[in-house]
Amino acid sequence: MRNSFIILGCLAAGILGGALSVLPQAFLDLDLTGYALCVLLFLVGIGIGCNGRVWQVLRNQSVRILLVPLSAVLGTLVGVGVFSVFVPGLGLRESLAVGSGLGYYSLASVLIAEVGGKTLGVVALLSNIMREFATLLAAPLLARHFGKLAPIASGGATSMDTTLPIITQCVGMEYAMISVVNGVVLTLLAPVLIVAILR
Amino acid sequence: MSILFFLVAGMCLGYLLRSKSAVLAVAEKGMIWSVYLLVFFLGISVGVNQAVVRALGSLGLQALVLSLGGIVGSALLSWVVSRTFFESPRHEK
Repeated sequence: MRNSFIILGCLAAGILGGALSVLPQAFLDLDLTGYALCVLLFLVGIGIGCNGRVWQVLRNQSVRILLVPLSAVLGTLVGVGVFSVFVPGLGLRESLAVGSGLGYYSLASVLIAEVGGKTLGVVALLSNIMREFATLLAAPLLARHFGKLAPIASGGATSMDTTLPIITQCVGMEYAMISVVNGVVLTLLAPVLIVAILR
Repeated sequence: MSILFFLVAGMCLGYLLRSKSAVLAVAEKGMIWSVYLLVFFLGISVGVNQAVVRALGSLGLQALVLSLGGIVGSALLSWVVSRTFFESPRHEK
């Protein structure tokens, strides 16, 4: 939660700085973001590789548990696809790419900004942060009306960390493992889906 | 696709170095700060474009509609999965 506010602050500071043109144009023309993004993806990879939980989760899970991340991804893409009808400014492909962030807003926004354009990157950042906020707020409601897997699916990639506490509080500790598996699988899938859709 | 090469390369290196806990700590610090920096620069590139700045409100609205779509869609499908595979009588003790 705290981190998402800091990231929104970085975006706001950047927009303000850009509008007031605090940085010389020559510096902006360098466009270092492409290189920085490669560094970021490399570091994310190291984080995933080092994380014993990831390999453990992928090794000893029954097939049934994988239905949860599967339903989260398919549900997200279908839902975003349907709702994109109400978003006149965006095509289906752009909308699906934003949805493919699956709540992983930090990586999704900068990756989409690079591959699909800066404006779409901003939409991806806002949309995926909103998804985390909405899940934090609506988890009890989702659990009551759509069953115990709903807050997990809604949390997307964040169900392994930021939304995990509220999820276990709403649906019980016995769902914690499912929640972590869901988050791990979606964290792995998000960058691949984004690049595949926007390629 | 080539950008994902860095992700996979990082995963392999991370896997090889997984016994060294310092590596994960450094990678996480680097991750957080590179995200701050990249989002800041994303903001700059948006801020210099007045047309985009004026459109921020509608971009926020687009984002809201899409995030609702994602939440509703995933909640509905997970509800089906939950009813069919997790809470059906076969699995009750």
